[in-house]
Parts: sequence; C-alpha cells; structure tokens
Amino acid sequence: MFSFIVSRLLQALPVMLVVSFISFAMFAYVGDPVAIMLGQDFTEAQRQALVRELGLDKPFFVQFMTFLGNAIQGEFGLSYRLSRPVAELIAERAPATLELALCAAVIAMAVGVPMGVYTGLYRNSWLSRFFLTFSLIGVSLPTFLIGILLILVFSVWLGWLPSFGRGDVVRLGWWSTGLLTWSGLKALILPAITLGLFQLTLIMRLVRSEMMEVLRTDYIKFARARGLPNRAVHFGHALKNTLVPVITIAGLQLGAIIAFAIVTETVFQWPGMGLLFIQSVGAADIPVMAAYLMMIAAVFVSINLIVDLLYYAVDPRLRIGRGRGH
Amino acid sequence: MSLLQVQNLRVEFPTRRGTLVALDDVSFEIAPGEVLGVVGESGAGKSMTGAAIIGLLEPPGRIAGGQVRLEGRRIDNLPYEELRRIRGRQIGAIFQDPLTTLNPLYTVGDQLAETMTTHLPIGPAEAKKRAVEWLELVGIPAAAQRVDSYPHEFSGGMRQRVVIALALCAEPKLVVADEPTTALDVSIQAQVIALLKNLAREKGTAMMLVTHDMGVIAETADRVAVMYAGRIIEIGAVREVVKNAAHPYSAGLMGSIPPISHRVERLQAIEGAMPRLSAIPPGCPYNPRCPFVFDRCRVERPELMPAKANRAACWLYAPEEAQRLQESGLA
Ligand SMILES: Nc1ncnc2c1ncn2[C@@H]1O[C@H](COP(=O)(O)OP(=O)(O)OP(=O)(O)O)[C@@H](O)[C@H]1O
Ligand code: SF4
Ligand SMILES: [Mg+2]
Repeated sequence: MFSFIVSRLLQALPVMLVVSFISFAMFAYVGDPVAIMLGQDFTEAQRQALVRELGLDKPFFVQFMTFLGNAIQGEFGLSYRLSRPVAELIAERAPATLELALCAAVIAMAVGVPMGVYTGLYRNSWLSRFFLTFSLIGVSLPTFLIGILLILVFSVWLGWLPSFGRGDVVRLGWWSTGLLTWSGLKALILPAITLGLFQLTLIMRLVRSEMMEVLRTDYIKFARARGLPNRAVHFGHALKNTLVPVITIAGLQLGAIIAFAIVTETVFQWPGMGLLFIQSVGAADIPVMAAYLMMIAAVFVSINLIVDLLYYAVDPRLRIGRGRGH
Repeated sequence: MSLLQVQNLRVEFPTRRGTLVALDDVSFEIAPGEVLGVVGESGAGKSMTGAAIIGLLEPPGRIAGGQVRLEGRRIDNLPYEELRRIRGRQIGAIFQDPLTTLNPLYTVGDQLAETMTTHLPIGPAEAKKRAVEWLELVGIPAAAQRVDSYPHEFSGGMRQRVVIALALCAEPKLVVADEPTTALDVSIQAQVIALLKNLAREKGTAMMLVTHDMGVIAETADRVAVMYAGRIIEIGAVREVVKNAAHPYSAGLMGSIPPISHRVERLQAIEGAMPRLSAIPPGCPYNPRCPFVFDRCRVERPELMPAKANRAACWLYAPEEAQRLQESGLA
C-alpha cells in the first residue's frame, strides 16, 4: 500500500517538472519582467540592480532551480498587477473556487449516478427518455449560455437567487467559506449548477451505459439465479462493477471543473482563482499565471493519485501481486 | 409425485421479422433426487429450457404456452418477487463458464453468505461459518483462509467448485446445471462432475444436467432427454437411450448405428445442420436430414410416442408404420 503511493508519487514527479518548466519559461521569455516592473522612468543602475535582485544575470539552469525551490515553498514573487505576493492572492481566492467546484461535483455525482442507474435499469420508461433528452441539452449548450439562462430565469425574472458574487462569507482561519451563511449558500446555487451540469449529464450517460453493460454479464444473471433481491443485484453487484470507470471519469472531471471554473466564475463574477486568472491574463501578470498553472497541475496530479487509491479500494483484481497471491 | 413437471412448454421470441419459436411443446418430469440428462446439438434449446424453468428468459423471450410446476405448484406465472424466492432456495443454477459467473468484486465467502442469508433464517456469523463448510464440502483446500479470497485468486476448476457451492448452499431441491464442465480443462472435468454427482446424491438434490458429453450422461444421469430444434425428440432411461436409441437422430447422436440396410449408406456423422429457428420445416423437424424420411414426415408432426423402451417423436414408431420400421433396421 505504502509503496504503491510512493511509486505513484514518483510517477507524478516528471509531470510536475514539465509543468514547472513551462511556468518558468513563461517568466523567462514572455514579456520582460524588468521592464514591466520598472515602468517608464528608470536609470541603467536601477535596471542592473533589479536584474541582479531577480537573479536574471545567473545561468539559465540556476535560475530554473531557484524558481523550483521557491515554487516548492509556495513563493511565486509579486503580482505585477497588484504588487502583492502571488501566494497570498491565490490563498485568498482558492476557497471560493474550491467550494464552487466541490459543490458542482457533489451535485453532478449525487444527481448523475442515480439518474444513470435509473435510465440503465428502465431503458424504455418515459422518465428515462426525458432524462436522456435533458442530458443532450446539458451536453450541447455551452456553459456560459446555461449560466446566462439561469441568471435570466432565477435572478432577473423570479428574483429568487443572486446573479453575481459570493454573498457573505465567514472566516475560518485563512479559509473563507460561503457555506455557513444563508446569502452565501444562495449565491452558490446557480454557479454550482452551471458548472456541474455538463459533468452531471456526462456521469449519467456513463453510469447508464456501464449499467447496461454490466446487467448483461453472467455474474448478474447468476446473482439473479441465486434469488438475490433486485435491490442487492442492482445496487450491490451491478453498480459496484460500474464504479471503476465512473471513478476515473469523475476524478478527471473534478480536475476539469476546477480548471474550467474560469467561464462560470466570469459569468457570475465569482471571486475565485479562475476570475483572478482571467484578470491576470488581461494584464500579462506572469507570476500569477505561472502559479495558477502549477496549482492546477498539482490538483490534477493529486486527483489522479486519489483515483488510483480508490481503484485499489474498489477492485481486488488490481491488488494482484501485493499481499495475497494466487 | 414428481418434483418438476414441464408441460407443453412453448417459448417465443418476438422479432421484427416475425415470432421465433425457440421451444415448442416441451414436456418432461423430474422426480425428487433424479438426474435428468439433456443432450442435443448447439442451438437445440437446452439452455432455453433451463432459463424458462427458473424464469430468467432474456427479454423479449417469453413463455407463450404450457406450464412449469414445482411440487405441483405452478411457477411459470408467478410474480417476479415470488419466483425470486424460489430461485436459489428451491431451484439452484450452475452456469457454463466459472470465469464469468462469479462477481469479481466480492469474496467467495461474501457471495456464499449473501445467498444463504437471503434464503435461510440465519445471521451473518452463521452464514460465514457455513460458507467455510461449503467450501470444504466442494473440495477447496484451506477453506478457512480461502473464504476471504476473491474469484480471480482461484483457478477455473476451483471457481466452478465455488459456483457449485453457491448453487447448493440454500439447499434447493433441484439444480439446473447448464454444461457445468464445458469451459473447464479436460483433465478436471471428470472431478467436477463427480463432485456434483456425489453432492446431489448426498443432499438428495434432483438435477437437470445439460451436457454435450455422452460419457458424462452415461455415468451421471438416470434418464436422458434428447432435444432437437426446440423440441424433445426422445426421452427415456439413460441405458436405453444411449445403448438402444429409438429416434433416428438420437441413434446417430449416440453412435448406436443401426445395421446398414440397403437404404442407408452411412450415419456416423449426421449429415446437414439443425434448421435455424426461422426455418423449421413442417412435419418432423428432422426430416431434411433423416435417412428414413417418408411422405408423412413432411406434413404431419410426430408427438412423443412409445418407441422401444423409450418415448420418441418419430413416425416410424406409429403402430401403422410397423412395416417401415422393420425395413429401416432401427427396430
Ligand atoms: N435472444 C434471442 N433471440 C432469438 N433467438 C434466440 C435468442 N437467444 C437464443 N435464441 C435461439 O434459441 C435457440 C436455443 O438456444 P439455446 O441457447 O437454448 O441452445 P442450446 O441448446 O443451449 O445450445 P448450446 O449447446 O450452444 O448451448 C437457438 O436457436 C438460439 O439461436
Ligand atoms: S418422423 Fe420421419 S423424418 Fe422424422 S425422424 Fe422419424 S422417420 Fe425421420
Ligand atoms: Mg446452451
């Protein structure tokens, strides 16, 4: 078990290195940080001083190592745009994005899995047909349009839910949460649905096709032949066998939700990392962009690790050769 | 009274190009503790008969006529939930391929315990204990440890032993075993059949044993039914059917070749193929391949009738065709 985790972490290392290199390359080659930081008026002496201070006179490799060392400690320098430490900016924005993404993922799973099971079991019922049609809409409408439509209906026409912002937040240490206030929860609903809808339909379709596949297998027929109740056959034997692919996709999608929260955050003016990223791109704020890139990579890598661990927990066949043998 | 009675069973598959009749007028009985062997070419309807008995025909397949009775009680028209209680508890099933019949994500012990707690008034602890006993009974070495193993940790033969334990653990009165050794290595087929036979005898379980292996039939079955194109064409005591088959088809199948008459050149390998369900000829379904075919066979369908020591669906055994039977050399 432990060696399994270590080996997975080692496999993740090259990925993180490549991403760091790209981030670093952005620093080194996109724009001239010295020029950006100095502004219009400066003397040659000032310039030289800054170059030394930033370490830009050192050899390329040394610069990369310094960058890596700093990155590991969460040091990404100052934002060009806001002149504040990047780590601080990200830490400030991360809770908003993570809460939004997690809510979206929970909605997608909590609704998508039961809908998938239902449509897989009762293929021809009218409710299944309705779900499938509905899922087509979820897949084909672009996120921003769904967001705008939801705002139109629930904020503009009905006036039930806010159309932008995060509502009131409560601070728990450095974490700011919107989950503990009424206005925070209300503000979360529309963006979470917008962000989760695509994943919801994806998971529903995946669970459905996996269920249909599994229901045809011999071990399901045999479970029925043993007289097990439908509940046990469907939710025990069948659903459990659909979990491995569902976990894979759900994991990848959680990464995607966090990474692509950008659009939803823009539509709802959600004060998360995505919005920060968009604003930074507009201002060519390289340190923030680099840090964001590396953070997203770290998120993907950790999600992959969690997915692998879940496989390990769900499917005994993957445990071959570790512990008990044949 | 017989344990299982199948009467005039008819199974249909509605398809876009008309209704296929997969089983047509199938009737037989199994007495308590009796082993009925079922043989016949691929596609004859052997598995279909088993599936119809346990009520697990694959849709759109459905029972379109006839009855299935267990201890006199009709079970073919029961609601799903009531039939479910009978499956496993009264009628066990053994499938062909042990590599695919066990759920890969559950330990064999859990699968055994789940089956027992579903049907028997026992708790999880008792079920676990009995699971170990069952594994011992079917000859799994170190059962106490293996009970917590997953199916992939067993060989094919061992898995089929587990499947046998699963089919028998709620102590059903009847087991439908559909080619239980076909998927196994030839070297272990005999062991598994012997195990099945001995366990069934010990527990007094009746069995419907579907197989291609005449050797297995001869050794295991009390009676045997020969199926062809969705019908039973001969049924009788195993000795008689194997050694002295009445129906021309079973005679060919058993290799009990009648003396070569002037009309029959060779019969060892039965020529031609069984008709597809969509093209079963009128009259006797065997008539395109039968060396003794005559006019009546092409228009009138023979029912099972006394033939030698058995019952066979062949016009040669109609009393009025006695002359023909003599000439055929089958008599
Ligand atoms: N879903 C289906 N739709 C239509 N016909 C079917 C279907 N399933 C099976 N059949 C037909 O029913 C007939 C009987 O099939 P069955 O599986 O009972 O044969 P079998 O005697 O068990 O053969 P085998 O020795 O190959 O197992 C076959 O002709 C088959 O083509
Ligand atoms: S009924 Fe006729 S065709 Fe059919 S088996 Fe008997 S002799 Fe042959
Ligand atoms: Mg079969």
